[in-house]
Amino acid sequence: MPSQPTTAEARARLRRALSLRRGPGQAVAAVLLGILGFLLAIQLTDATDVLARASRADLVAILSGLDTRADQLEAELARLEQARSDLLAGAGDTEAALADAQARLDTFGILAGTVAAEGPGVSVRIVDPKGSVGAVALLGAVQELRDAGAEALQIRGGPDRVVRVVASTPFADVPSGGVSVGDVALSPPYTVQAIGDPDTLQTALRIPGGAVASIGSAGATVDVRPSDRLLVDALHEVTDPTYARPAPPPESS
Amino acid sequence: MIPVLGLVAGIVLGIVLDVTVPASLQPYLPIAVVAAMDALLGALRATLEGVFDDRVFVVSFVANVLLAMLIVFVGDLLGVGTQLTTAVVVVLGIRIFTNAASIRRLLLGA
Repeated sequence: MPSQPTTAEARARLRRALSLRRGPGQAVAAVLLGILGFLLAIQLTDATDVLARASRADLVAILSGLDTRADQLEAELARLEQARSDLLAGAGDTEAALADAQARLDTFGILAGTVAAEGPGVSVRIVDPKGSVGAVALLGAVQELRDAGAEALQIRGGPDRVVRVVASTPFADVPSGGVSVGDVALSPPYTVQAIGDPDTLQTALRIPGGAVASIGSAGATVDVRPSDRLLVDALHEVTDPTYARPAPPPESS
Repeated sequence: MIPVLGLVAGIVLGIVLDVTVPASLQPYLPIAVVAAMDALLGALRATLEGVFDDRVFVVSFVANVLLAMLIVFVGDLLGVGTQLTTAVVVVLGIRIFTNAASIRRLLLGA
């Protein structure tokens, strides 16, 4: 190990080395530095592709990481698909509940007379030239039909005079002739249309001493005609109850 | 001065020529560069100390580069290429720092 040169000596040597002095040492150093610069440059320009330069171990690590990530994503996918099918099933439940509610609405609408109804039934035509059929006889016929299971009823009496008969429909005699049904004045001939089992309804009307017999004995003619398809399209307007309120359900003990 | 010109010329050539490194040589190129830098700093230090010898420089430069690449190559064959690459880079890095410190002391006296 030679003695440590001083700073001034070192600087002088650097200056001399950096001067444009020609010599075999300078040329060799230039060639080697040129090789270094060349390698450095191509390494730097080539360094863009990380995967291409990664070692085998690094690649294995990257692959393993990707596998783990793929597993996680697949689990996530399965979870989301499960959630999706759950939601679809829930939507199906909602649709079923909606259909159920709609069916009940239809049922109550038919019972309350707020929707038109159609179906098989009978059409009872009462021709009463002498005005001998009053409210009681008409109500009797309606009751017979109800007893026999009529589900929707309407009474036609005169042009454009048709009344849906529901539980609260009042029947009254009109002094000048005819019958007031549900505050609509009807005049003969009356036609009672009832939806129900046609055979049962006919049988109920024709029992001895029944509606047909009593009306016929009063001097009117009754024509009962079964039909496969009747349309009961007169509507009853429901008013909100003024006094009646739903009672609380009984306490279960 | 001429060596500095050589370095600049090499860099320019490397950028302009757009050489693609063969895949088989790709793991060794960075090691070769680091080894060459080590030899270069050693040569600079020798210059400042007045003991620079061009023959020694050429031999140490080539030997450094080849030895570093050979070590990594053997490491790859043994399946410990990554670790040996790290080892070579660490050793060369220590030498580079030592040489740089010596150069700093020679030029700045501190």
